Amino acid sequence: MINQTIHDIFEQLGLGAHLAWDTLTSILKGKTKISLTLEQMLKIGYESLPLSLTSAAFVGMVFAVQVATEFVKFGAGKYVGGVMAIAMARELGPALVGVVIAARVAAAITAEIGTMKVTEQIDALQALGSNPIRYLVIPRFIACATMLPLLTISSDIIGFLGGYFVGTSVVRINPVEYMDNAQSLLVLWDVWGGLIKTIFFGMVIAIIASYKGLNTKGGAKGVGEATTSSVVTSLISLFVINYFLSIAFFK
Amino acid sequence: MIDIKNLTKYFGNNKILENVNLLIPDGEFLAIIGPSGCGKSTLLKLLLRLEEPTKGKILVNNQDISRLSEEGLIKMRGRIGMVFQFGALFDSLNIFENIAFPLREHTKLSEKEISHKVREKLEMVELNGVEKSFPAELSGGMQKRVGIARALVSDPSIILYDEPTTGLDPITSVIIENLMIKLARELKSTCIVVTHVIQTVNRTASRVVMVHEANIIETGTPVQTMNSKNPIVKKFISGGRE
Repeated sequence: MINQTIHDIFEQLGLGAHLAWDTLTSILKGKTKISLTLEQMLKIGYESLPLSLTSAAFVGMVFAVQVATEFVKFGAGKYVGGVMAIAMARELGPALVGVVIAARVAAAITAEIGTMKVTEQIDALQALGSNPIRYLVIPRFIACATMLPLLTISSDIIGFLGGYFVGTSVVRINPVEYMDNAQSLLVLWDVWGGLIKTIFFGMVIAIIASYKGLNTKGGAKGVGEATTSSVVTSLISLFVINYFLSIAFFK
Repeated sequence: MIDIKNLTKYFGNNKILENVNLLIPDGEFLAIIGPSGCGKSTLLKLLLRLEEPTKGKILVNNQDISRLSEEGLIKMRGRIGMVFQFGALFDSLNIFENIAFPLREHTKLSEKEISHKVREKLEMVELNGVEKSFPAELSGGMQKRVGIARALVSDPSIILYDEPTTGLDPITSVIIENLMIKLARELKSTCIVVTHVIQTVNRTASRVVMVHEANIIETGTPVQTMNSKNPIVKKFISGGRE
């Protein structure tokens, strides 16, 4: 039983890696469909903006309340700006956007491709001489890998400003100190490191979601199971990758 | 000409087809019949190389399709039109875009030429004024006809029909069968229909092959098949009634 489970996990990993390899080599061979990629960028990037910005603003605000209240008690209120900036750039912004995209976009990708699979649309695509990787996977892969950093940088800014707003108005932190401290503690690599992490998140989410969709079996039940599995696998992968990349980038 | 040699297909431990040999000459209208799950649809998918055989080979016009390069495979698929059981129309594209899809993907035709071809094929399947509709807005019979128009748009020399009349009302079934007969006559293409609807077999096919438990157990004209002495064939034809 355990042997079978381990075998299944490694088999899935191998097949997922194979899809990633096919996708990357097809991109390098110049087989990207520009119009489909732009369409996915709009869907994945622009349409996720309200959700990611709202989440970032509230996470920034609640983080500021918790940190500022405790820091003020120890007379360390002037460090709130720096802590907020580093936390948003390194971890909160990237992880938050990753989670938002894993929930919203991975589900949508798997449900769409999975439905195409069970209604024989993927077979039809191949029968008409088109390649599902080129037509479906590459546009979503590029859109996820490019849109996640853009969503993250905007979320970093909104989260930091949310913290500024709550920190200065509710906990009465000095606005000038908040900004000065952020400026002196935050280094450019904090932002770059966070953004590079989200490129990996985007690639992994797109591959997992596409793989689960392309391997959907059964009818509506199969699509539901594939979608749930896609979101769960994406989230777990994202947290594990985030840990190792953070250690590599910021230790 | 399609030449199937010692074709075997397994899904895991499940035997779907075993040592199937079948020669389909140009211009023939072949019906493949058999109970559900006997491997009929898999055979069509193997012909398009949507599935890989476990053993054996398929020659289309003397070319082993398992040895084709990616470009060769695209060309071969362009010569075969496949009509799927439930249409398999792309639900994010409208009817015009569905039919135009292979032309936009694989030809350098202008939009005007594409538009002309799409309308010609829609007229062929006797559908007009549905170009801007989406698949979900059409009835099952209309979706099947759009599926046929899409399969025909590249002017294929081989047309594969997967259960074209299953689940349709008797009148729509007759319309689809008439269309299949008309197209086979006009286009002089080789047609393979997979079905378990006996009426469709009798009205369209010039030869019938019955698949049972992964093997071909009967081959002959529709009249010969209907009068077969083989008890399995007799039972299938009569629907289990004595």
